[in-house]
Amino acid sequence: MLRVYPFFLAAAWVTIQLSIYTTVLGLICGSLGAAARLSRSRILRFVGAAYVSLFRGTPALIQLFILYFGGPQIGIQLDAFEAGVIGLGVNIGAYMTETIRGAIVAVDRGQSEAARTLGLSRSETMRKVILPQAARLMIRPLGVNINALIKGTALVAAISVVELTYTAQRYIGSTYKPFEMFLLAGVIYMVIIYVTGLAISWLDRRARIS
Amino acid sequence: MTDKPFIDIRHAAKSYGALEVLKDISLQVRKGQIVAIIGPSGSGKSTLLRAINDLDPLTKGEVWLEDMQVNKPLPPRQYERHINQMRQQIGMVFQHFNLFPHLTVRGNITLAPKMLKRLTEAEANALAEKQLAHVGMLDRIDYYPSQLSGGQKQRVAIARALAMEPKVMLFDEVTSALDPELVEEVNLTMKKLAEEHMTMIIVTHEMRFAQDVCDRVLFMDQGVVVEEGPPEVIFRNPQHERTKNFLRKHLQGNAQ
Repeated sequence: MLRVYPFFLAAAWVTIQLSIYTTVLGLICGSLGAAARLSRSRILRFVGAAYVSLFRGTPALIQLFILYFGGPQIGIQLDAFEAGVIGLGVNIGAYMTETIRGAIVAVDRGQSEAARTLGLSRSETMRKVILPQAARLMIRPLGVNINALIKGTALVAAISVVELTYTAQRYIGSTYKPFEMFLLAGVIYMVIIYVTGLAISWLDRRARIS
Repeated sequence: MTDKPFIDIRHAAKSYGALEVLKDISLQVRKGQIVAIIGPSGSGKSTLLRAINDLDPLTKGEVWLEDMQVNKPLPPRQYERHINQMRQQIGMVFQHFNLFPHLTVRGNITLAPKMLKRLTEAEANALAEKQLAHVGMLDRIDYYPSQLSGGQKQRVAIARALAMEPKVMLFDEVTSALDPELVEEVNLTMKKLAEEHMTMIIVTHEMRFAQDVCDRVLFMDQGVVVEEGPPEVIFRNPQHERTKNFLRKHLQGNAQ
């Protein structure tokens, strides 16, 4: 049993890296998506809405399969890790789009009215008045998205990224101990999620104080 | 004081579908004049006020500030630039204060002058101090809005609007959300502005305040100006039945 720990630690590091890159890509996609959804251009609004319904409306696993196995057919060659990050990031970005949009819309209308009345433009109002307030509102719900995303990284085992879930499966073959292997993987996921949760709470508290 | 109108609202009309909230209203306000708009809720008085800076765009009609048309028909991009210019000259204070909660009192006041008038940090600070002293809030300059009472918030909101050095101030039921004991401090601040000959248009439920401070009172009902005149005429000797009814109910309510 002891000899598997180093492999699980290495796998945990892969899961953490996956989570970080996916979060960054998700936030980028989510910000662009929210900007599109809230745009004055009807075309951009449609693109944003289509993005959200497409990626929330199909299983993430299918999206990963299309990208990784189907990609080469249309000239997209990615290694498993890259495909995992891009697939999961674009997927979670659709959820983050709605989170970010929701937080922006939740800022009281009077705030933008007051800013516009002073003579600030739409974009100045967004930057200086709406976004700073929306940012606080979105920390917790984005934390929920990130929590889902960390657990979602388990999916990339199916495209052979050597992360926690894949590693657990692999060592069942040599140890014949599926219970222990999956339990160990589960505990490591829990630790990662717990620490992330603490970080989100800390950010949220800090944002509230200032 | 010249006779030329400072604010000129020409045939203002607004409708939401079949619902007409403003029906062909014309109103001229001279420089330094203080006008109260009273009337039952749903009469269109706030809508009219919010049309002056195009926060609630009119369906028909024109709003002029001096020789500039506020709601000038322009392509979107040019209009955006134009209206931002116009709004800098038209201060507005809201019922619910709408202070920016993520900024201190100082930040609330200096935001627009720094961005739009390109004031330096030091200039903006001096301006904030001057305006806060004016409304008696200088000692709260580094507080956040959440640390202030309603009356204090509203005074800061007034200072914020004044910091842009507007030519006219619009007040939209600014004391309606306040506890009764906090109304007076806001009213005093507005009286002070009145004494300094700021041009003001005030939508209010405070009949006594309208009577004390304003040069002219408009009574609106169902999207039209039913009656207008100097306060002593409107309050003592109203001509129209609707005005009489409204005042009877309102003055009774106020007297308790």
